[in-house]
Amino acid sequence: MNLRKYLKVYKKFLHTSLASELEYKTNILIDLITAILSLTGSIFLLSIFFKNNGIIGGWEFEQALIIQGIYTILNGITNTWFNPNLTEIVKHIREGTLDFVLLKPIDSQFFISLKKINPSGFLEIMLGFFLLIYCIRINQINLNLSFLTLCLITIICSISILYSLWFFISTTTIWFVKTWNATEVLRSFLYIGRFPLNSFSFSLRIFFSVIIPIAFITTIPSEVFLGLSQIWKILLEIIVAMLFLFSSRKFWLYALKFYSSASS
Amino acid sequence: MISNSIKSKIYTLFKVQYSNMLEYRVEIALWAISGIIPFFMLNIWTNNNLNESINISDVMLSRYFLCAFFVRQFSVVWVVFSFEEDSLMGKVAPYLIQPLNPFFRYFAQHLAEQITRFPFAIIIAIFFFIFNPESLWIPNLGILFLSTISTFLSFLIQFLIQSIIACLCFWTEKASSIERLLFIPTLFLSGLLAPVVSFPEYVKSWIYLTPFPYLIDFPANLLSSNATNVIGGFSMQILWILLLFPIFKKTWSAGIKKYSAMGS
Repeated sequence: MNLRKYLKVYKKFLHTSLASELEYKTNILIDLITAILSLTGSIFLLSIFFKNNGIIGGWEFEQALIIQGIYTILNGITNTWFNPNLTEIVKHIREGTLDFVLLKPIDSQFFISLKKINPSGFLEIMLGFFLLIYCIRINQINLNLSFLTLCLITIICSISILYSLWFFISTTTIWFVKTWNATEVLRSFLYIGRFPLNSFSFSLRIFFSVIIPIAFITTIPSEVFLGLSQIWKILLEIIVAMLFLFSSRKFWLYALKFYSSASS
Repeated sequence: MISNSIKSKIYTLFKVQYSNMLEYRVEIALWAISGIIPFFMLNIWTNNNLNESINISDVMLSRYFLCAFFVRQFSVVWVVFSFEEDSLMGKVAPYLIQPLNPFFRYFAQHLAEQITRFPFAIIIAIFFFIFNPESLWIPNLGILFLSTISTFLSFLIQFLIQSIIACLCFWTEKASSIERLLFIPTLFLSGLLAPVVSFPEYVKSWIYLTPFPYLIDFPANLLSSNATNVIGGFSMQILWILLLFPIFKKTWSAGIKKYSAMGS
């Protein structure tokens, strides 16, 4: 592993994919409007929920907004990195161009997970940050160093879990070739990350923390923001994140053994 | 003679598309699963007793969301994505030579997919009733008939809107981002996530003039026998179809004049 080489390659990736994406300037504008509307829509939905009941799953409206902020950031990250690259992986496998990736003197997972970038997701990430800053003000959270590091750690863990989930599904492409709809399933499950885990019934809560750990992705970082999270939960999230990263790596290497090129 | 040839045209079109769709059973099953968001929403509603203030009992609300799931399953439209791919790959040119508007092909594709999807939707509904046996009911034939028609009209409205957007492919390469933008109000205002009755007054005052509540809320209320204005709903659906159809015809004829084949 040569870190400098990888950084240099990544810079090139950034350059080429930004250049090609900026061709579609109006698209970026439309994506920004989409992100704003989508956030407005989910705040609207939350306000409907909270109109009928002051507290949902132990969360007040102002606190639930933090979850929305974190979800928006993570969704932005998904749209910036995970989604465009996943599309590429499917294409690579269907058209047999994965051969060229495997032949390159560079780690294949690195190449296919970071090759592309979609700049319109940045705006969504920024939107999420603005919402978070607003939430910090209205919830009167005082910032200090330990708080910020904890937030950073949990968010990085969430990103790792999210990445692993996406990468797991894209890896299955090697067997199933078309995984478009599997990602749709993941997307719809991720949607519940917009709401506090405690607002669901017990069985769903178990499902979303054990089988698909969506609970970890947004709820735990939001609890850290509010200073409500116990230390064991944070540790658990770190362990889960590492487990996911590790197994998605192993799974990719295992799947590659089954890769037989398409007619090329 | 002419009617015979039209009949055989329709028959062949459906037969081809149906066998085509049967090839992708697994994907369609996954797609059906990805539509289960209404059930998560139901879980939030009933788990937090949010429905008390809108005077809908748990049972009626669960029927509503089940019907919303059904209506959504049979009104999903993706014509923009197919058309965008076809036009980017230069497949539209051979379609244009044929004595058949290419949108008939997409239309048949959608209907064939709905037929393929039907058994999966039924299986999901059976699971729903296993978990919520108290909400089991059998709608009478008249209601079943009316709601099938209204679901089909809802599908038609969405198909027309998306076809208009798809025609924009003739001017810009990526029309699908406009579709994603339009999907956001559809998601939040159609009643998929919360019944329109629960919306605040300032939204309810204008929302019934837009097509959104007639996409899911109206057919779902009809099917689950919740209170709804049957005649008003149907007339608004038909009105929107009558309004959208000429717009589609105009953009289509303007579009093909603009069309220049790519890549073939």
